[in-house]
Amino acid sequence: MRVNLTRIIIFGFIFFCLSIFWLGLKKDQTYDTRNLIGNKINEFSIPSLDETNSFSEQYFLNNKFTIVNFFASWCAPCRDEHKYLVELSKNGAHIVGVSFKDKKSNTLDFLNQLGNPYKFIAADNDGKASISFGIYGIPESIIINRESVVVKKIIGPINQEIFKEILNIIK
Amino acid sequence: MLSEFGQLSIFLVTIFSVLIIYKSFLSLKSNNQVIEPGIYQLSLWQVTVTILSFLVLIAAYLVSDFSLINVYENSHTAKPLFYKFAGSWGNHEGSLLLWINILVIFSYLFLIFNFKHKKNFRLLTLVIQNLIILGFTLFLIFNSNPFSQLEPVPLEGLGLNPILQDPALALHPPMLYVGFVGCSIYFSAAIASMLSNYRGKLFANSIKSWVLISWCFQTLGISLGSIWAYYELGWGGFWFWDPVENASLLPWFAITALMHSVIVLKKRENLYAWVIILCLITFILSVTGTFLVRSGILNSVHTFASDPARGIYILLFLSVMIFSSLIIFFRTFKKESYNFYFKSKETFILINNWFMAFFLVTVLVGTLYPIFLDVVTNEKISVGPPFYNIVIIPLAVPLLVLMVVGPQLSWINSKSLGVVKHKALIIIGALLINFIIYLIFGSSSFLSNLIFISALFLIIHSILEAYKIYQKKIKFEAPRVISHLGFGLLILFIGINHNFSNEQDFNLKVGEEKKFDEYNIIFRDLKLKQEKNYKAIIGDFEIKNFDKKINKILNPEIRIYSNPETLTYEAAIKTRIDSDLYLTMSNISRSDYYNIKFQHKPLMIWIWISVLMVVFGGFLQLVRNKNES
Repeated sequence: MRVNLTRIIIFGFIFFCLSIFWLGLKKDQTYDTRNLIGNKINEFSIPSLDETNSFSEQYFLNNKFTIVNFFASWCAPCRDEHKYLVELSKNGAHIVGVSFKDKKSNTLDFLNQLGNPYKFIAADNDGKASISFGIYGIPESIIINRESVVVKKIIGPINQEIFKEILNIIK
Repeated sequence: MLSEFGQLSIFLVTIFSVLIIYKSFLSLKSNNQVIEPGIYQLSLWQVTVTILSFLVLIAAYLVSDFSLINVYENSHTAKPLFYKFAGSWGNHEGSLLLWINILVIFSYLFLIFNFKHKKNFRLLTLVIQNLIILGFTLFLIFNSNPFSQLEPVPLEGLGLNPILQDPALALHPPMLYVGFVGCSIYFSAAIASMLSNYRGKLFANSIKSWVLISWCFQTLGISLGSIWAYYELGWGGFWFWDPVENASLLPWFAITALMHSVIVLKKRENLYAWVIILCLITFILSVTGTFLVRSGILNSVHTFASDPARGIYILLFLSVMIFSSLIIFFRTFKKESYNFYFKSKETFILINNWFMAFFLVTVLVGTLYPIFLDVVTNEKISVGPPFYNIVIIPLAVPLLVLMVVGPQLSWINSKSLGVVKHKALIIIGALLINFIIYLIFGSSSFLSNLIFISALFLIIHSILEAYKIYQKKIKFEAPRVISHLGFGLLILFIGINHNFSNEQDFNLKVGEEKKFDEYNIIFRDLKLKQEKNYKAIIGDFEIKNFDKKINKILNPEIRIYSNPETLTYEAAIKTRIDSDLYLTMSNISRSDYYNIKFQHKPLMIWIWISVLMVVFGGFLQLVRNKNES
């Protein structure tokens, strides 16, 4: 029997495409970050603002709870919530700031102006590292415990109500 | 009541399909040279009940009969009448019924209009088309029945997604469906042609008008989608290389190639196998597109509530379609000899096909690669404009030049390629206009300049040709000249729009103003408005432009729809003859600031006008085809 190579390639290619479609159908497509609560944050590393150090999952071992706050100087609601962060910091919260897609000088101006509640400042210049935290808009804040597990996720700016909730968790 | 009536009519469509297939097989065995009247009658009955079933669904929407799940889920008594009407096809089940309607209507029209062609060819086309109809009606009955009942009957419906409540979008699916589903008829005809050995010129004549109709409607449908995206989505663009847009573009490339190759088959009795492949691919890609969009594999504005069972059924259907058509193709394949001279019209049409095939493969790879990567490695990527811009845009230059040269050549062989008259003059004209563009809009990249010049080359040449046609009254070239002229203008306007749009993104609160470049934008006021089915927050912006003395008021809106509760952002667009002013505002949660997107887009309206011109050429050719036969 004569084997026709072209035909085999064509059939093979089509079969391949159709199987990819079939496998694609079985995947869960919904993207939602709320289900991150209870998940463990995997390995990651974000350089610090002064580029001397880096923020990684090791950091969480040092505190009972760490609040990771994603902010930027260009983000108006971040300005609004900043006073609550400063207040939380005064109440003993351990807050790490991740400056999201921002210039270093602008970040420093922002903190000079409004106060610095952060124990550590990391800089995610291209916004990619924040994705592993399920960030899809700023401001967002995540409370993580010593075991690197997400305890709470706050989408949008912190207000009086959320401020009290956070205080209850970390106390 | 309406539910039972709808169920019954769908059931009858299935029965008629089976009867038509059975009768056709009996007739194929007989020696009778004409098709029996019984088959015509069955087809007429089939088309009547199909249209009736769709009218029943529309009626259910108009009277808000919530005993139908479909109406309950997608409509609401407070909805404006026009959107109740259009809502009947604005959801998966209803649009599938529309899909079946088009399959059946095309099947019937093909049967009655092609009476000059051979009996076996017509009957086999009818059989294949009815197999497709059967496949989709069974899918509709068992998986996506628009007439399914709900007990007890709710008092109020859930409403139609507000971003779908737009006139352009009400017309977009029917247009696109006539375009995509219309392809089914020459898919069936292609298989019938192979099986009944009805090849060459005769086959070309039987399908050419159907190819044109579906091409015109596809082009219109795609542009309506684009118009909707521009006015409604508030992203400020009209084409995003979004996977769903790509899915609609894939069959369009195939059909554009087909439309040109059919001419070669008709005039030179050549490229038969290639025309068949294009006929098959066009419909296969249409169904693939439907699969990608409906199964939820691609996430986008087009994904109605996705359901894996739905995807599996379409995929199964698609596989059967592809493999059976391929097997028939290889079984009946006969090698053709191509002895084309390089300097001939047919060679240049073939080159056009290579371009279309290249565009098709590029877009196909860009669309499927992310799905492939997600399945195999779990990595999520999206292929965006940079990829397409790099691969596709540079090729526009030779394509535009070839569109000038190709049509000027003769069939079989021309003396030389230098048949384009007044070349030097046209090139000088193109360079001059390009310089004027530079003076008005400023500088742009080398590639952009090249595209402007080649587009202008085609435009000026087409205008000269149009003048000649007008003088000598040689009408048969007119449709081609109009479509090519439209295409040249389209590329030119898209190029200018893409290069010289001014876009700014910033935050403002009431009373503030923003100055940049030569613009000054003042956020004067916010108002509240209560409409029948939504509340709106309306911004009042004053746009000033120092040089050109623009002074316009723009009123973008944020609408809060009640059924279902949804927020939409309505762009404020001031369309003018030379440019569009475009402004959207969106609220920033828990703050007084609004995020403002401002765009000044030159020659926007002309993009739509050129698309209409391209389509107009197509329709003109259709009228000519009719007069010819």
